[in-house]
Amino acid sequence: MSLLHVFGFGLKVGHLLWILCCWIASMISMNWFINGEFKNPKAGLLGDSGSKMWFKCWDEISNFSFKIHHQYYQYIGSKKVCKSLWRKLLFPWVIGWTLASVWIFYYMSSHATEKSKETLASMCEERARMLQDQFNVSMNHIQAMSILISTFHHGKTPSAIDQGTFARYTEQTDFERPLTSGVAYAVRVLHSEREQFERQQGWTIKRMDTLETSPIQEEYAPVIFAQDIVSHVVSLDMLSGKEDRENVLRARRSGKGVLTAPFRLLKTNRLGVILTFAVYKRDLPSNATPNERIEATDGYLGGVFDIESLVEKLLQQLSSEQTTLVNVFDTSNQSCPVSMYGSNSSNDGLEHVSHLNFGDPFRKHEMRCRFKQKPPLPWVAITTSIGILVIALLVGHIFHATVNRIAKVEDDCHKMMELTKQAEAADIAKSQFLATVSHEIRTPMNGVLGMLDMLMDTDLDVTQLDYVRTAQASGKALVALINEVLDQAKIESGKLELEEVQFDLRAILDDVLSLFSGKSQDKGVELAVYISDRVPKMLIGDPGRFRQIITNLMGNSIKFTERGHILVTVHLVEEVIDSIEVETESSSKDTLSGFPVADRRQSWKGFRTFGQEEPVHPFSDSINLIVSVEDTGLGIPLDDQSRVFTPFMQVGPSIARTHGGTGIGLSISKCLVGLMKGEIGFVSIPKVGSTFTFTAVFSSGSSSSKVHKSQQINSQSNTVSSEFHGMRALVLDPRPVRAKVSRYHIQRLGIHVEIVSDWKQALSIINRGNNAIHMVLIEQEVWDRDLSCSGLFINKLEKIGHGTPPKVFLLCNSINSSRGNTTTGACDLTIISKPLRASMLAASLQRAMGIGNKGNPRNGELPSLSLRNLLLGRKILIVDDNNVNLKVAAGALKKYGADVVSATRGIEAIELLTPPHQFDACFMDIQMPEMDGFEATGRIRDVEQNINNRVQFGGLPVDAYNNVSNWHVPILAMTADVIQATHEQCQQSGMDGYVSKPFEAEQLYLEVSRFFQ
Amino acid sequence: MDLVQLQRQLVDYKTSLYNEGFLDEQFTQLQELQDENNPDFVVEVVSLFFEDSERLLNELTKALEQQSVDFKRVDAHVHQLKGSSSSIGAQRVQKVCIAFRNYCEEQNIEGCVKCLQQVRHEYSLVKTKLESMFQLQQQILSAGGSIPM
Repeated sequence: MSLLHVFGFGLKVGHLLWILCCWIASMISMNWFINGEFKNPKAGLLGDSGSKMWFKCWDEISNFSFKIHHQYYQYIGSKKVCKSLWRKLLFPWVIGWTLASVWIFYYMSSHATEKSKETLASMCEERARMLQDQFNVSMNHIQAMSILISTFHHGKTPSAIDQGTFARYTEQTDFERPLTSGVAYAVRVLHSEREQFERQQGWTIKRMDTLETSPIQEEYAPVIFAQDIVSHVVSLDMLSGKEDRENVLRARRSGKGVLTAPFRLLKTNRLGVILTFAVYKRDLPSNATPNERIEATDGYLGGVFDIESLVEKLLQQLSSEQTTLVNVFDTSNQSCPVSMYGSNSSNDGLEHVSHLNFGDPFRKHEMRCRFKQKPPLPWVAITTSIGILVIALLVGHIFHATVNRIAKVEDDCHKMMELTKQAEAADIAKSQFLATVSHEIRTPMNGVLGMLDMLMDTDLDVTQLDYVRTAQASGKALVALINEVLDQAKIESGKLELEEVQFDLRAILDDVLSLFSGKSQDKGVELAVYISDRVPKMLIGDPGRFRQIITNLMGNSIKFTERGHILVTVHLVEEVIDSIEVETESSSKDTLSGFPVADRRQSWKGFRTFGQEEPVHPFSDSINLIVSVEDTGLGIPLDDQSRVFTPFMQVGPSIARTHGGTGIGLSISKCLVGLMKGEIGFVSIPKVGSTFTFTAVFSSGSSSSKVHKSQQINSQSNTVSSEFHGMRALVLDPRPVRAKVSRYHIQRLGIHVEIVSDWKQALSIINRGNNAIHMVLIEQEVWDRDLSCSGLFINKLEKIGHGTPPKVFLLCNSINSSRGNTTTGACDLTIISKPLRASMLAASLQRAMGIGNKGNPRNGELPSLSLRNLLLGRKILIVDDNNVNLKVAAGALKKYGADVVSATRGIEAIELLTPPHQFDACFMDIQMPEMDGFEATGRIRDVEQNINNRVQFGGLPVDAYNNVSNWHVPILAMTADVIQATHEQCQQSGMDGYVSKPFEAEQLYLEVSRFFQ
Repeated sequence: MDLVQLQRQLVDYKTSLYNEGFLDEQFTQLQELQDENNPDFVVEVVSLFFEDSERLLNELTKALEQQSVDFKRVDAHVHQLKGSSSSIGAQRVQKVCIAFRNYCEEQNIEGCVKCLQQVRHEYSLVKTKLESMFQLQQQILSAGGSIPM
């Protein structure tokens, strides 16, 4: 059981943890999906696939967990499977979560990179666009200037512009071209026109590089106007510079603004580019061929762009220099881009490239942006993934620890169970050992006792006889002790079951009284039983066990009581509860013998029954008895009172030596009381006495409709009682309790009782005369106190005129003490020795009053004689396969006057005993061929049961069965082997008892007397 | 012969039977069961015992001569013999029967055969003893005396 609990608990804990983990995992992952999807719709692909993966994973995990559970439940019996399963699970768990955290790290850091890339791109694009815009603005202006020149220089004759005008104009409009550092205009001069041109201008055309007069060329492009800043270029031939020449040629061919590759500017030594526009003589269509354009060319307008300062200015405007590094390249030549701006520090970090369009299709430019600093480490990703990993590892650890713990607990549990099993086995072994040893002792003891019996029959002298008696008494004590030990073993192994038969409680107590009467008389201890009138006559329960309890308690009391009394009282629990409140009489003096006793109410103080509001159900037929055994003995020392019900525990080791006994009786009694659904308790005052009280639940015998194995009860007192019915008796006793006991016993005979406490009262009642008193019972104590008074009383009685004088009886405690009293002989006085019992009382009264003359065989007569009374005229069937045995048994029973029929086989017995029949009893051998005694009995009982049922339900006429509606012939087992035929075995097969072969008068009488009255 | 002497002889003989363990207390009880209503009870029972025992001994001899001995049957027979011998108080027969049954349980053929011989021996002993005792009793009765208990 406990293993299962532990298992269940472990399972629950495991499950809980598992759910917790899953919950944490799902929370984290879900958060990420949501965040990811909200913040980053572009990363949808990754996010989608990620979430899909997650859901798949989740499904897998839940499937797996389900499987695990399934398996767990399936293999709940095999711990090892679970254990290894958990271990197997732990490894993938750790690996899986490590992978997951790595993945999460990558996922998050890529997210961050992506984001910074975007930022960079947008920044870069922004800058590029601005640069481009500003460049275009400048370029447009230069273009506009080219139109100005074409209009006012070439279109007018003479020219409206000279160097001074141009310089001034350009200077004043310089703000419109923030990116240019200077503008110049060169005209196209053919060689044929050179001389005229030079003359006209007043200077010669010079080469750009050497600043010397240009050699003869096919055509020239000398600068004629220039802004002041670049006025040094006036008169230089643009076609002589390699870059410029190319530029010029390209510009006039394309008719668009053309850029040079970046180069060092002459004056500032900074990087710059020159934008060149061609100025045409006339307006050309947009689809004009290059040759046409060359033909129409008038001159060339050039602007110098200082890229470096330009970009710097731009960046300053955006004030983002500190975060980004910007490089501008001319990538017209793909293989080696020319840097136009920016430091050339190589950085392998993030870079974004934006293309720049400056309107020159031949030239390509691009802007490259980088972050100045290296991107920071993705701390969020790192901490998150590490956090997850830590959580997962922790959960794994918890799992591991839990599994280990469970395994440990299981192991412990197993160990415990092993130990329990061992302990139980040891206990069983002990009980078996006890039982076996007891049996083994009983067998030879029977031999010993038998031999002693025989020895006593031989011719022995007085000393020898005494020895033999002692030996026999010891042997009997030993057998009794062994029986007790057997009982204890049986109770401990739970094999003891109570009978359910009808019995007369009063008869049982009478029996017990007679059992102890000898001892009590020897000791001079007064013994009395009082049973409340409200206790029903017939009860259903286990009389044997009830008797055992009473015998135990009384035996103890007798053992430890040297003076005073022992009083057994039986009440209904309800009575006692009712009286608890009202009982005020002081019990210290008013006791049976006058000695103080322990207050018996203390003994049931702890009973549950009294604690309940509604202690008994008034309408159920269960009878709650409360029985007290009160003595005026030694009492139990206070220190030992707690151990009273412990088996083999006696008050001090010396007790066993002085008083004998095993100390097992009370323990057995307690168990038996428990079986009867009752409680037992006691109160004891050292030197004053002890009172043991127990309750027991029986059912009422009369109201029961159930079929009980009814035990036929000694109804002697009943038959006798009719003889005394209607008589009146006077009890002279000053002590109320004792008087109550006497009245109880006398009333049982149907006699009306009056109690008086002294002589005068007694006489006055007798003299009243209206109700004749038939008998006067005087306590010995009263009689002895004043012998003259008593003598006077007797005399007065005899002088009473009307009717016959009442018979006078003396109730005395022990025969010995009354023997010395000579006065009794003087008058017509009958001594009734206590303890009072209905049967004995009846016999004494009969003898004295001469009513009837039925002997009372039960007291003081030989068993064989009473056996003869019992068996006379009874029809008895004997079944035994052995002819000799049969003959002997039949002879024995015939001798006691029985009418014997013999049968040799079980089958015959069944036939003979099938109702209706005339048999009063059957003795059956157990060991027979074909059908043994148990089986035969079982069959007979079946047949009887069948017929009883049919008779009861009207299936069969009752008169066909001798008007007996409840057939149950007493069957006694005969066996040579007393051990083999235990009482239970006989009962199981429906037998009523057993007698040993060969017959022994005493045992036969004991068994037979249970059935025949 | 003198009646008193006969009676004493009977008592001595009986005592010797008890002392030598041929009979036990059960036989005494058997004698107690005999009364006026049933004057020949003991003789009847004892002759029944003789008949029964002879039959059983024959059965036993047959059973033990078989190729395969049916020990159950043998045991049942011995049980019968034991029962009847204990019923009349033939103590020594009963004791051998107990040993016999033990051998049966062990299925020891040799032991059984040995026991059978012993039982036969004890049986014939007790038979002669009892028969001579009855003879003595008869003599006493025919001499007009009563049998002393």
